[in-house]
Amino acid sequence: MDGLNYLTYQEPIDSIAEQRKAIMQQPKFRRLSTLPLINVPCPFCSLLCDDLVIHNRAGQLRVEKHGCPKAIAEFERPPTICAPRIRGSDATMEDAVAHIASMLRAAKRPLYSGLGTDVAGMRAVLPLAERTGGVLDHMHGEGIMRHTLALQDSGWMSTTLTEIKNRADLLIFVGTDVIHDYPRFFERVVWNQHSLFGPKPERREIVYLGRQLNTAPGRSPKGRNPLHIDCDIRQLAQIIALIRTLLKGNSIKARRVAGVPTSVLWTLAERMKNARYGVLIWSPASLDFPHADIVIQVLCNLVTDLNNFTRFSGLSLGGNDGSVTATNVCTWQSGYPLRTSFGRGYPEYDPWRYSTDRLLAHRAVDVLIWISSFSARIPPVVPKIPIVVLAVPHLKLRQEPEVFIPVATPGVDHDGQLFRCDGVVALSVRRLRNSPLPSVAKIVAAIYESL
Amino acid sequence: MLIRLIGGKVYDPANEVDGEVRDIFIDNGKIVATPPHDRRIDKSYDIRDRVVMAGGIDIHTHIGGGKVNIARMMFPEDHRNDPVSRTTRTRAGCGHVLPSTPIAGYRYAQMGYTACFEPAMLPINARQAHMEMADTPIVDKGAYALLGNDDFLLRMFAANKDQQIINDYVAWIIHATQSIAIKVVNPGGISAFKFNQRKLDLDEPHRHYGTTPRQILRQLAQAVYELGVPHPLHVHGCNLGIPGNVETTLDTIEAMEDLPIHLTHIQFHSYDNEGDRRFSSGAPRVAEAVNRNSNVSVDVGQVMYGQTVTASGDTMSQYRNHLLADPNKWMCMDIECDAGCGVVPFHYRERNFVNALQWAIGLEIFLLIGDPWRVFLTTDHPNGGPFTTYPHLIRLLMDRSFRSHMLSQINKSAAEASHLTSINREYSLYEIAIMTRAAPARSLGLKDRGHLGPGASADITVYKDQVNKEKMFAKPEYVFKDGELVVQNGKIVKITQGATHCVKPDYDKTIERSLKRYFDRYHTVALDNFKLRAEEIKGNGSGVLAIHPCRTAKHA
Ligand code: SF4
Ligand SMILES: [Zn+2]
Repeated sequence: MDGLNYLTYQEPIDSIAEQRKAIMQQPKFRRLSTLPLINVPCPFCSLLCDDLVIHNRAGQLRVEKHGCPKAIAEFERPPTICAPRIRGSDATMEDAVAHIASMLRAAKRPLYSGLGTDVAGMRAVLPLAERTGGVLDHMHGEGIMRHTLALQDSGWMSTTLTEIKNRADLLIFVGTDVIHDYPRFFERVVWNQHSLFGPKPERREIVYLGRQLNTAPGRSPKGRNPLHIDCDIRQLAQIIALIRTLLKGNSIKARRVAGVPTSVLWTLAERMKNARYGVLIWSPASLDFPHADIVIQVLCNLVTDLNNFTRFSGLSLGGNDGSVTATNVCTWQSGYPLRTSFGRGYPEYDPWRYSTDRLLAHRAVDVLIWISSFSARIPPVVPKIPIVVLAVPHLKLRQEPEVFIPVATPGVDHDGQLFRCDGVVALSVRRLRNSPLPSVAKIVAAIYESL
Repeated sequence: MLIRLIGGKVYDPANEVDGEVRDIFIDNGKIVATPPHDRRIDKSYDIRDRVVMAGGIDIHTHIGGGKVNIARMMFPEDHRNDPVSRTTRTRAGCGHVLPSTPIAGYRYAQMGYTACFEPAMLPINARQAHMEMADTPIVDKGAYALLGNDDFLLRMFAANKDQQIINDYVAWIIHATQSIAIKVVNPGGISAFKFNQRKLDLDEPHRHYGTTPRQILRQLAQAVYELGVPHPLHVHGCNLGIPGNVETTLDTIEAMEDLPIHLTHIQFHSYDNEGDRRFSSGAPRVAEAVNRNSNVSVDVGQVMYGQTVTASGDTMSQYRNHLLADPNKWMCMDIECDAGCGVVPFHYRERNFVNALQWAIGLEIFLLIGDPWRVFLTTDHPNGGPFTTYPHLIRLLMDRSFRSHMLSQINKSAAEASHLTSINREYSLYEIAIMTRAAPARSLGLKDRGHLGPGASADITVYKDQVNKEKMFAKPEYVFKDGELVVQNGKIVKITQGATHCVKPDYDKTIERSLKRYFDRYHTVALDNFKLRAEEIKGNGSGVLAIHPCRTAKHA
């Protein structure tokens, strides 16, 4: 969508004075004026904080309020521009697109991976994947797989950020400190100032399960320390099983389980039962060990058990780089989440077979199209499989791909829509500066047209 | 381009045309009166002996939005039953009970339907719901915004705010979510479940707010009425699926006095608790109440046998139903101090007493309600069964001997407990045209849809007249959408992008001040970013927003 569309964004307004006021508030005008933009959504992690204040001074963005270090680093990166390249030599966009189209015409099974893009980008990628008999996976495909497998195998009771902000009185972080991948999580929904339902947010109880976690953000504004149960996350299944046994009212003989004293777990189980609205939080990407999807299922079952006593919900953090967006669009357009192939003309889903690493390792694909419009994540490199990279211009590749096209970032260089980590909230992100770079959607549509 | 459909038997209840042989003229996407003799006809279709109706309108079908997409994600095994390959014209995807968005559009069009309404759009999920609907080709769509469990509104009820302020908020929501109507699901119950309340009767106070479902229903229905929104408050009532809930349903009807109200998937709310199994049909009592109260319309939510998946905003009921999940997986989600959603798979079996009786209860409701203008054909897709079962359902309503035959196949005790054997009614084509076209259009305020008079948009379905009504309605010969031939003999011949229907009631915009304060303090999304702007639906020019007038606002 072109930025100019902001001019027509308003509903019909009656008085001329009101109309003028409304026009002055349009982002397009704010952009042109010297005023900073308010309520800017940030695309750089899937918390999608939308309270940023950003100032565009002659094309250089400054985050004036509410940016985390990650947001500041990304928004304030001086805009870079480079030309598309074919085998390392600068090329025109037309030639680059034509070259990709010819590669795809010759390919038997292209792999579209990375998929760090917005809704429009995915809406363009899907028809191309269909037409070329391609496979779809995301750069965070492993985490996505663990998440969807748990949904497909048992399901869950879950919650979203605004519910947590207003309701949660006990938050248990399992195997993740959240803060690394979602920097403002605590500021936005744990230690928030106002909440609809008592107790005051500052009295929330925080528990961490795991090792090597940054638990400092879990300290309350008044200085109360969180409870940290130090344990090996690979033994989580045993710990959760024990808690579930305790919840059933059974006594336990063992003094320790997975190195954790049973008494500690007993106290935890009691706290869980007595919470008014407890939340168990995990990040499928952080639970990175074999059969972690089973452990996620066990966590989901624990949450369900707790609902025999009180209200308890899970929050599975959906992952960054547009992974929630890619999963959602792929699901509504094809029926299946990611790791879906159109090799036979119709979609087929296989969360193991269609993993990027596996497909590349087995050479089951013959071209890799890598898309990364938020972060400078580089594609995996496999000899003899040509790579096309559609990515941010500052991406540092270790090896020159067959084709490289620099792309714009949604929410910085162009308007777009993204999904938040909890899966049900989508926001429109905005163009904040003029950029000559094309969006992923535009390039992919151009490739489709040239086939 | 002037098109002439020659000699079809026209069933157009909105214009009181009952099977008369007439020509229909289409000019520029619209139906026009017979043009002067000297005008050149660009294209003619000889449809003598064919049955002609306006395009079908589904007033309640879950085709887009968060819970449907979660359900799709959850059931790859369902999609494997119905893979759909790409063609040069159409997209790949899957069908069955949770079709992907392009396939949903194709399948509706192939069945002669040209408009579908998503009935449970959470305001916070409006952006996603509209994106999915935008990716549903050919058919028109629209959505009902879900209210009555959102904390902003419940706080206003608890503080006894003026009806006028409630009205402003309701109107603001309709604008901010680009919707055409308001739905309430288990009034207050989804919120109460977040406070660990497991059941909420019509007059039971919400644990935190103290409001009752009765109050919520009355004030929301009042708001919708006073704002002049054409479609009455769309109600998914309390106690869904619980034996004995017929009392709640009758009380709900009574509680509304003369306020217009639409009771959705009423089959799930028409259960009595008599007999050995404490489960029996409440259909005669419900139908009698509907017949008596002209302010009430219903859609049925017919149960069709087979595997399906239920997706609902009613977390309180879905949590209760999870014990029946088949296969055994399910999910429930509390959402954004707005509402919730729950997905539970069901397998309705004709040999199962309860399922078989549910099936019979739905049919009883269809057949016992006298006025087809107030009962709409739905399966609450996919909750009672997928929309692709409509032709079968139409045959059940139109063909008594077929119905008796099907009745003989089901669980014996259920068949005995049902009233079906004593009901002889067969729906006529005219009545089918009412309940699937004219009535939904009128109820939603779509003046240019659901009929074939001059000025109507040329959404037209042409069927081969057949004795077997299931065959007849499954595969129309021609389907026109806005005057373009989109389906011929069951094949998609053209892809179009339907419009999104909405209404824009007047309201006092100062409501935004208190909303802004609320959003700033309690929400995780800024008010400005919450609003779904018309431009987002219009997209890059492919989408059309069709704004329908409200009645002149009435004040209490
Ligand atoms: S926490 Fe995430 S969304 Fe929020 S400002 Fe930082 S990077 Fe952006
Ligand atoms: Zn429904």
